[in-house]
Amino acid sequence: MNKVVENAEIAIQDITSGSVLMLGGFGLCGIPENCINAIVKKGINNLVCISNNAGVDDFGIGLMLQKNQVKKMISSYVGENSIFEQQMLSGELEVELIPQGTLATRCWMGGAGIPAFYTPAGVGTEVAINKEHRDFHNKKYIMEEWLKSDFSIIKAWKGDTHGNLIFKDTARNFNPMMAMAGKTTIVEVEILLPAGELDPNHIHTPGIFVNRIFQGTNYEKRIEQRTTKKR
Amino acid sequence: MLDKNQIAKRIAKELKDGYYVNLGIGIPTLVANYIPEGVDVVLQSENGLLGMGPFPFEGEEDADLINAGKQTITTLPGSAFFDSCTSFAMIRGEHVDLTVLGAMEVSDKGDISNWKIPGKMVKGMGGAMDLVASAKNIIVAMQHVNREGQSKLLSECTLPITGLNCVKKVVTELGFFEITEEGFLLIERAPGVTVEEIRSKTEGRLVASDDAPEMVL
Repeated sequence: MNKVVENAEIAIQDITSGSVLMLGGFGLCGIPENCINAIVKKGINNLVCISNNAGVDDFGIGLMLQKNQVKKMISSYVGENSIFEQQMLSGELEVELIPQGTLATRCWMGGAGIPAFYTPAGVGTEVAINKEHRDFHNKKYIMEEWLKSDFSIIKAWKGDTHGNLIFKDTARNFNPMMAMAGKTTIVEVEILLPAGELDPNHIHTPGIFVNRIFQGTNYEKRIEQRTTKKR
Repeated sequence: MLDKNQIAKRIAKELKDGYYVNLGIGIPTLVANYIPEGVDVVLQSENGLLGMGPFPFEGEEDADLINAGKQTITTLPGSAFFDSCTSFAMIRGEHVDLTVLGAMEVSDKGDISNWKIPGKMVKGMGGAMDLVASAKNIIVAMQHVNREGQSKLLSECTLPITGLNCVKKVVTELGFFEITEEGFLLIERAPGVTVEEIRSKTEGRLVASDDAPEMVL
């Protein structure tokens, strides 16, 4: 049951152009930095990326956009990235914007084997166009389908050789649901431990959802909005 | 007329002891600075935190600990972390008592537009559509008129809709309004603002009595 691979290059070696990827993270918090760098280096393209955000110009998914590796982004909020905006307005990049809770739940459903659910989010908006509408208890809902990926690329804080994962603080965000929804799920961790070192009571993502895990290196963990108070 | 901080201060008076509250980006974030004494609320940040604390001291920022506006923050005694799916279960499942968010336009039926200006700004809806579709109580903090002086309190929203029939209250630089069957009901005028000025700057249906009280901050 040892899922450990040596590094990011080996972990992502079978990702090919045209693959559907899920990438964990909220803004730049909890993003798989090592795997993104390896994908940029590998130079594959025509990727469909499902991620809540699209990074900033020179970090995160922004690095993949710079190299024109992304064909389509599926996100809820893409506001902090001018390269993204240029590529979207010029038509180079296809973009599907969906409500954040719908995105999270669609990923979870993809992993949980539930093909569709009804949500009130987006009723009466352009999100609802061409979607099935249904009333429950006198309220309108729209049907949304599951999302799955060829490869889910996940960042966790601690992991073990079985692929059990613990996330830190708000770096958890979309990572657990996306880990469930990948045909192949690749995880990079800050701290990789032998099986038995993590308390089973504290596991956020059980190893059954994980195919490969490696010890990440050189984390930059960039802060998007550094807000502080004076001492 | 109210400035941004005064709008936040007025909204803060609507917080009740025991509330779980989601504050949006912009003026709503400022509401956290004016929580009345003796009122114990828990702030929900939809990226995965209950019990959002103030900004950290310089040098203590942690890239793993941010709010939905991507600002570095802290936790408080009693805080809890969770994933995005659980976060929106709290929101969709109506476990959050009050949502405060910004808007570009609000209609007199409680419709809200705040996520897109076609051809100009397409950043995405983030969690706004989920929040407005399910929140029990939504207060909007917004400017009453745009830079050209045109009303943003309308009979129909002109920008792409975020949600229909959902806004309960609106606080602008000119006053405090409730959305009713008859339209915007003026509850309080901002200090120094006349009912006449509010009438002239509100395009949507407005119910305003000449003796509407002045706001006390």
